[in-house]
Amino acid sequence: MDSLKNIESLLYFIPEILLVVFAAAVIIFDLIVKDRESDKVAYLALVGLGCSLLAILITNSIIGTDEPRNLFFGMIRLDEFAIFFKILLILATSATILFSLRSEELDVKLKGEYFALLLAVTFGMFLMASSTNLLMIFISLETVSLTSYILAGFLTHSPRSSEAAFKYITYGAVASGTMLFGLSLIFGMTGTGDLAEIGERLPEVLASGEVTALGLLIAITFILAGIGYKIASVPFHMWSPDVYEGAPIPITAFLSVASKAAGFALFLRFFYSGFKAPGILDSVDWGLLLAVVSALTMTVGNLAALPQRNVKRLLAYSSIAHGGYLLMGGVLLTSDGLSAILFYLIVYLFMNLGAFYVVILVANDSGSEMIEGFRGLSSRSPLIASAMMIFLISLTGIPPFAGFFGKFFLFKAVIDIDSGFYWLAFIGLLNSVISLYYYARIIKAMYFESADETESFYSTKSALVLLTVFVIPTIFIGFLNIFYSLSGNIALQ
Amino acid sequence: MTLQHYLVISAILFSLGIFAVLTRKNAISILMGIELILNSCNLNFVAFSRFVSIPDNPNNIDGQIIAIFGIVLAAAEAAVFLAIILAIYREFGSIRPDEVDTLKG
Repeated sequence: MDSLKNIESLLYFIPEILLVVFAAAVIIFDLIVKDRESDKVAYLALVGLGCSLLAILITNSIIGTDEPRNLFFGMIRLDEFAIFFKILLILATSATILFSLRSEELDVKLKGEYFALLLAVTFGMFLMASSTNLLMIFISLETVSLTSYILAGFLTHSPRSSEAAFKYITYGAVASGTMLFGLSLIFGMTGTGDLAEIGERLPEVLASGEVTALGLLIAITFILAGIGYKIASVPFHMWSPDVYEGAPIPITAFLSVASKAAGFALFLRFFYSGFKAPGILDSVDWGLLLAVVSALTMTVGNLAALPQRNVKRLLAYSSIAHGGYLLMGGVLLTSDGLSAILFYLIVYLFMNLGAFYVVILVANDSGSEMIEGFRGLSSRSPLIASAMMIFLISLTGIPPFAGFFGKFFLFKAVIDIDSGFYWLAFIGLLNSVISLYYYARIIKAMYFESADETESFYSTKSALVLLTVFVIPTIFIGFLNIFYSLSGNIALQ
Repeated sequence: MTLQHYLVISAILFSLGIFAVLTRKNAISILMGIELILNSCNLNFVAFSRFVSIPDNPNNIDGQIIAIFGIVLAAAEAAVFLAIILAIYREFGSIRPDEVDTLKG
């Protein structure tokens, strides 16, 4: 397929350009406005995200009937898959900005650089979702990582936050260095950086014996270190509980949803477009490798979550486990698996962000993120307690909420074809049962334990409205056909 | 000098980098280990670019371009890493990773 030249590509690159322009505008605006108590900077960032969303929808309608475009000499690719992730990421970032305004831990009123960084990290994630070249993959990954390190350490006077940033960058730098080494090996085997060309040339060089299957396996394992670190899969998950606990809660929510989604976008595009050819699969059976990683990830995540008393840390381990469930869809590299992952990411966005938002509200009220803060929430604020229960039940995967349908399709993607991966679905099922235990502990604290304090719960009307925005999709997504067709129609070539 | 010479050197650099990251007790030494890892990758890219030719593009310089970007990214990463080390020093009064351990469980 032909690729567009630089100037021609700019037309399709407007959503990204808008993000960069608004990131700069936010910083300048921050310098001009003197009123330290207003939220204007945050709203400017939200406007930027809105404009970008509009531009995405317009580019979508342009390419909708046509075939996907390869931009900037084939560096990035604009297709339905990229547009899906861009919309998902815009939603996650907007939610994070709204959370940040309401979190008392983060005093971000008029902190231009915070919102500028959030826009910049979204820009990096856009590129992650659309890169089709080894160079672009690495640059976008690093853009996202470097900005996330700063965001995780944004509470400059909190030792926890600085420590989180330190651990994040130490693990992250090693993981991305390892990944770059793997990418260099792939480049050496094929002599090209383009994923589609790699997919064509790898079977040839494997067949001619220039490259051995073992070499390819080593390269893929190295690359999985970088991708696995982004999606927090075992054994590259060690950073995630510490970082999630130390970072400000809105950033924790952002990392657990947006960063994971972008990691999966990269993972899917990389393996679906570059390494799916039969000639490669015959010599290196990395479906089994992924299945083992997936099983370990969910088991380790769920078992480690069991003894946690800090809800933020508990949700961090739960997020690792969900990464494991999501990987299940990628094991067989089928289009069913792809749409199951995409559908689950939509569901996960709403239920996980919602759960983190309740943690923010409770932390605002009690000043800590421990499970004790949730005691007696049902009598102090029935609305927030019932919302949290819906999120937790959905995260467990119990009907009738959206999480159940999401998990159902992930299991179905493994079971559907006669391939011998039934054991993986079985492990997933066992893990769902384990996870019920720790999610139910929060529900028990909310409904069956009496509150330590008798004052009424501190929250605002607008906080409840924002909470409803997450509750309604969590209840209804499973029953709406549009979301299935949305995620089912997307294919990767 | 054949391709193998370069690959062996880059593999040694990579291993030394990983070794430094795993064993050093000072954040700055860890940063140096990370730099070794990134530079071993750059060496790989340049060597492959010089020795591996593909049929329709005999003068393949893609690898050298990637190496240039790799150097830039390594510099950016070092900048952020040093900034975070400064923050760590302010909060903990030490840059030894084993003394920065309030988060666990």
